[in-house]
Amino acid sequence: MSLTNEYIRERLIEKFGEEVSGFEEPFGMLTFEVPKQNNLKVLQFLYDDPALKFQFLTDLQAVHYPNNKGREIAVVYHLHNLTDNVRIRLKIYTDVEVPDVYTATQLYASANWMERETYDFFGVNFVGHPNLKRILNVDEMDYFPMRKEFPLEEQTRVDKDDEMFGRGGSVN
Amino acid sequence: MSEHVRLPEGSIEKQTTTLNLGPTHPATHGVFQNIIELDGERIVDATSTVGYIHRAFEKLAERRPLYQITTLTDRLNYCSSPINNMGWHLTCEKLLGVRTPKRVDYLRIIIMELARISDHLICNSIVGVDTGAYTGFLYVMQYRELIYEIYEEVCGSRLTTNIGRIGGFERNFNNTAFEKLEKFLREYPKVLKEFENLFNRNRIFMERTIGVGPISAERALNYGFTGPNLRAAGVDYDVRVHTPYSSYEDFEFTIPVGSTGDCYDRFLVRNQEMWQSLKIIADAYKRVQEFKGSDAEVYHADVPEYYLPPKADVYTKMEALIWHFKIVMGETEIPAGEVYHSVEGGNGELGFYLISDGGRTPYRLHFRRPCFIYYQAYPEITKGSMLSDAIVTLSSLNLIAGEMDA
Repeated sequence: MSLTNEYIRERLIEKFGEEVSGFEEPFGMLTFEVPKQNNLKVLQFLYDDPALKFQFLTDLQAVHYPNNKGREIAVVYHLHNLTDNVRIRLKIYTDVEVPDVYTATQLYASANWMERETYDFFGVNFVGHPNLKRILNVDEMDYFPMRKEFPLEEQTRVDKDDEMFGRGGSVN
Repeated sequence: MSEHVRLPEGSIEKQTTTLNLGPTHPATHGVFQNIIELDGERIVDATSTVGYIHRAFEKLAERRPLYQITTLTDRLNYCSSPINNMGWHLTCEKLLGVRTPKRVDYLRIIIMELARISDHLICNSIVGVDTGAYTGFLYVMQYRELIYEIYEEVCGSRLTTNIGRIGGFERNFNNTAFEKLEKFLREYPKVLKEFENLFNRNRIFMERTIGVGPISAERALNYGFTGPNLRAAGVDYDVRVHTPYSSYEDFEFTIPVGSTGDCYDRFLVRNQEMWQSLKIIADAYKRVQEFKGSDAEVYHADVPEYYLPPKADVYTKMEALIWHFKIVMGETEIPAGEVYHSVEGGNGELGFYLISDGGRTPYRLHFRRPCFIYYQAYPEITKGSMLSDAIVTLSSLNLIAGEMDA
């Protein structure tokens, strides 16, 4: 029997009941949400279960939704079952004020740098991470640049004295 | 972890040496640093520092309309930019629901497989250089040049190609492109065979690579390895087969796998993949030639919202003018949605995670860069080996700084 999204959903609800929610299937990929304190339990279950076997962490990253009060930052895990070739997406939401999330490094060695990258850009504090330091940005940086409060420069701005790029330019 | 071991004065124990390999060292073939702790010539520990050429592509992408992001993807794995470009177009097409004609798919496969060959070609010949054989590198370079000439005929540029558009190609392939492709298909097998003769059973090469930098299948999976590096460890995972895109399901090819995951296996897997790519290209070219008459003129899908109209129409037709303006100014709304799409890149699964909230630019775009993920294993697989072996391991992992740092 091949692994279907319905079956995965049933197994998850059977095991975790109300804890797993928000099931969707955008472009065929089963997507669901888990409370952040339970992320490891669910990941471990998905990893260990002989039928599910989601043992490959494809990707881990965060998304910032500044208007979602109390759940501003979403951490998104893309998992892959290589035997049955099924992918799923697991999301956890965290408050931007207390962005503590348990680390998945014990389960997946690959999560190490992916979590460091997520910390670097979004400030998600992965509790229990062996080496949670900035990875792509300089160590001295004191903000998390991928958050939405740091917009890129407005391309139509005119106040900039920058003759080279034809924006505004000095008149005197 | 990697603390310099300093023993008291007069101690007869051996002290370790800290060596900075990189960030700009010719042996690293890219801008990244390894701080290596050495006991004599043996590596006790290694710490990697990356991010020297971080250019904030994910942030930049949040202000760009879809077609302007293609140029960012060029600069990820710049040894095989066309694959990145195509991966990006395919992601957009998945989100927008664009269906491409078969001829476009086959042309894309030709370009992607050429890119794969040029990527593996560089990687394998660099492994040769690092083991002391410069000849292979200089010899095969001519054929990378030929591949670049084919890109040039198709899109006008060579390294950062920006090839193709959402829906297809910017122009049809001209005859010169096909002639050069035929020349490549005719001449390259002989060259690849010679390249193999030079290395595969070469005693020096084998001694330098067999058993060097090995990784077990289990560890490789746990470390998120994909692409040739994972296949060398014995796992037959290939995105082209597992989640076919761009009509890869129409083609017969095998996935070469290794067993030990060492440098030699990685080398052999890449070489075998080049043979497979050649086969796919020949097959795809045959299928492209089977399109006759008006079918042979098809080189893009009909998506006026995203595909620039012909210039002549822009001057004469109202609709074309509107689309042209809207596309160039990035004033087309992208449908809201969340999509993950991946392609088999030169060095692994290259994924694009695109979230659109219905605006004109992506809300969030994340690149799954294969070598960023598997480079984490470097300290583990080099620990205990000689310094010179660590160099070979570094090049045989096919690390591309541009992709790692995004």
